[in-house]
Amino acid sequence: MAEKPRLAVLKFASCDGCQLALLDLEERLLELGESVEIAFFLEASSRIEPGPYDVALVEGSITTPHDKERIHEVRRQSRFLITIGACATAGGIQALRNWADHEEFLRAVYAQPQYIAALEKSTPISDHVRVDFELRGCPINPSQLYEILRSLLHGRRPRTPAHSVCLDCKRRGTVCVTVARGIPCLGPVTQAGCGAICPTYDRGCYGCYGPAAQPNLVSLTSHLISTGVSQQEVVRTLRGFNGYSPEFRAESDRLAPP
Amino acid sequence: MAGELADSSSRKKEALFANREEFARIVPLLRERGYAVIGPTIEQGAIVYAPIDSVEQLPIGWTDRQEAGMYRLERRADDAWFGYVVGPFSWKQYLFPPHTKMSESLLTAEGWEFRAVEDDAPMYAFLGVRACDLAALAIQDRVFMNGPYVDPVYEKRRRRALTIAVNCTQAAPTCFCASMGTGPHCRYGFDIAVTELSDGFLLEVGSERGEEIVSGLATSAATELQMAEAHQRRARAVAQITRKLDTHDIRNVLLSQLEHPRWQHVAERCLSCANCTMVCPTCFCCSVEEVADLAETRVERHRSWDSCFNWNFSYMNGGIVRQDIRARYRQWLTHKLASWIDQFGVSGCVGCGRCITWCPVGIDLTEEVAVIRGEAT
Repeated sequence: MAEKPRLAVLKFASCDGCQLALLDLEERLLELGESVEIAFFLEASSRIEPGPYDVALVEGSITTPHDKERIHEVRRQSRFLITIGACATAGGIQALRNWADHEEFLRAVYAQPQYIAALEKSTPISDHVRVDFELRGCPINPSQLYEILRSLLHGRRPRTPAHSVCLDCKRRGTVCVTVARGIPCLGPVTQAGCGAICPTYDRGCYGCYGPAAQPNLVSLTSHLISTGVSQQEVVRTLRGFNGYSPEFRAESDRLAPP
Repeated sequence: MAGELADSSSRKKEALFANREEFARIVPLLRERGYAVIGPTIEQGAIVYAPIDSVEQLPIGWTDRQEAGMYRLERRADDAWFGYVVGPFSWKQYLFPPHTKMSESLLTAEGWEFRAVEDDAPMYAFLGVRACDLAALAIQDRVFMNGPYVDPVYEKRRRRALTIAVNCTQAAPTCFCASMGTGPHCRYGFDIAVTELSDGFLLEVGSERGEEIVSGLATSAATELQMAEAHQRRARAVAQITRKLDTHDIRNVLLSQLEHPRWQHVAERCLSCANCTMVCPTCFCCSVEEVADLAETRVERHRSWDSCFNWNFSYMNGGIVRQDIRARYRQWLTHKLASWIDQFGVSGCVGCGRCITWCPVGIDLTEEVAVIRGEAT
C-alpha cells in the first residue's frame, strides 16, 4: 500500500450511524490521521479529494437506479472496497420493503410519488460489485473498524469474530435471557461484535451483526415455537436489521412463505 | 497451610455445629483475613457466584427449578441459605477468567522488550462449592497445574483460594453427579464443608486453613441428633437424583461409535453456540491473540475463553478441521467423556448438569450417550 493510503467514506441508503463509528474512534482517529489521508468523508469534512482511493468504506444499501450505477464508479475508483454495516452488507432495515409492495409504500409516504425513483428492493452492495471485506453490525463496532484499517495498513487479514453472541454473553457474565427468563433471542445464531449489549440489558438479541457461521436457524425457531413463542413473533424477530441476509431470509421465508 | 491445596480426605472429620447467627460471622471473618468472598447470590434472574460482603446477599429462601433448556428462580417455603443446586456460573470464572492479559512487549531502541503481566487478582474464599464443583476444581487442577506446563494465572489464584463446600440437600432433575461418582456428598478438596440443618450448620474441617477459620467461630461438637439430621438431608439429595449416565466402558463405547447416526441427529438440533462449553466447569479451551497499536510498537497478548463449537476454532494452516456441527458436537462429547480419560486420567464430566440446563434448545448429553449405547432410540 502507498506511503500514506487514501481513505474514502461513502454513503448509499443508510442512517450515517456507521460512519459515526469512525468519528467515535476519537483519539484513535487522530492517530489514524497520521497514517492515512482522509480524502473523502462528508460526515467529517466538506473537503473533497477526487479518487482513486486505496480504501473505500461504503455504508448503505442500493435502493435507487442512480445508486445502482454509482456503486460501479466507486468500485472502479477503489483498490479495497469494504462495506460497513447491516445496510451495506445485508440490505438493512429498509430491506423490509422487499417483502412488501414498494409502489404502495411510495403512494403512502409521498404526496407526489412520480418524482421518486426507487428500486423495488433494497439490496447489499455485494449484489452489485465485488466487495473485499464485509464489516457487519447495526451499527458497526468502532474497534472492529479500527482493526480492519490497522490490518490493511499492515497487510494482514483482519480478525473479526465468527462466533455467536452467546460466547460473549458468557465471557461477560450475562445470564442467558432465553433459558432463565424465556425471552426469545437471536444470540445463538448471530455473529458476535456488539459485546452482547441487548441480553446484558434484559433484551433478546436482535441479530444486528447478522448470521453467525453455519447458523442452525431451523433448530432455534422450532424450539422457540415449541416453547410457546408464536410463529408470527419468530418471523418478526428474524426480519430485523439483517432480515434480508441469506440465512435469516431463508428461515423467515420458510416459516412465512412470501 | 497457605499455598497448599486442601487435602481433606486425610483429615479426621469431627463435626462441629454453628447456629445461623454464628455461621454468618464467617464472611466478615474471611474478609478480615484478606479474602475476597465469592458466594451464591441472585443476579439477572439466576443464582450466580459473585463477590459478597454479608450472608444477607445469599439467595436466602430461594431455589432453582431446572430442566433441559430451562431455569427459573422460585421462592422456597422456608428460609434455607443453600436450598438450590448450581447455576450458570462455575468457579472457573475466578480461577480461569474469561479474559486475561498474559504479557506485553514493547519495541525499544535495543529491540523488543518482553514483560510478563503480574496477575493482581485478590485472594478468594469460595463459599458454597458443591461436590460436583469440587470434582471440577480437581479436574482443572490436572489441566492447568499438573504436567510440564503450569498455568501461572490459574496456579496462583488456586493455591491462595479457600474452599468452603456445601453439601447438597436437594437435587435438580438435571443433576447426575451420582453417575459420575462426584457427589452429592463432599468428600475431598475442601477447607471447610458445610451441611445446612434446620437451625444452623454442621461444619467439617478439611485443612489447617479451614481449621483456623472455624476456630474463630463459636461452635460446639455436633450432637448425634444433628449428625442424623445432616445425614438425612444429604440422603434426600441422593434420593432426588433421577438422571443417569452409564459410564461403564464409556471410552471404548463412544470411540467405537464415531459413525453412529445419532451424531447427525444431534447436529440437526445443536446450535453450535458454545453455551454448553461456557457453563461447563471443566471446559478450558481458549484462544490467544496478539493486539498491537497502530504503529505496532506495543503488542499485548490476550487470552479469552473459546470453544470447540466455534466454526473456526479448529483452523490450522490450510483450513478448518471440523467443518460441520456433527463433527464439532462429536468432538466435544467424545473429548469430555472418552479421550479426556486418555489425556488426564479422569472423565471430563462431573455430572453437574449445567450443559443440559443452559443449552438454548435443551440438548441432554445423557440422552445422547444412552442412544449411542443403544439403550434408547
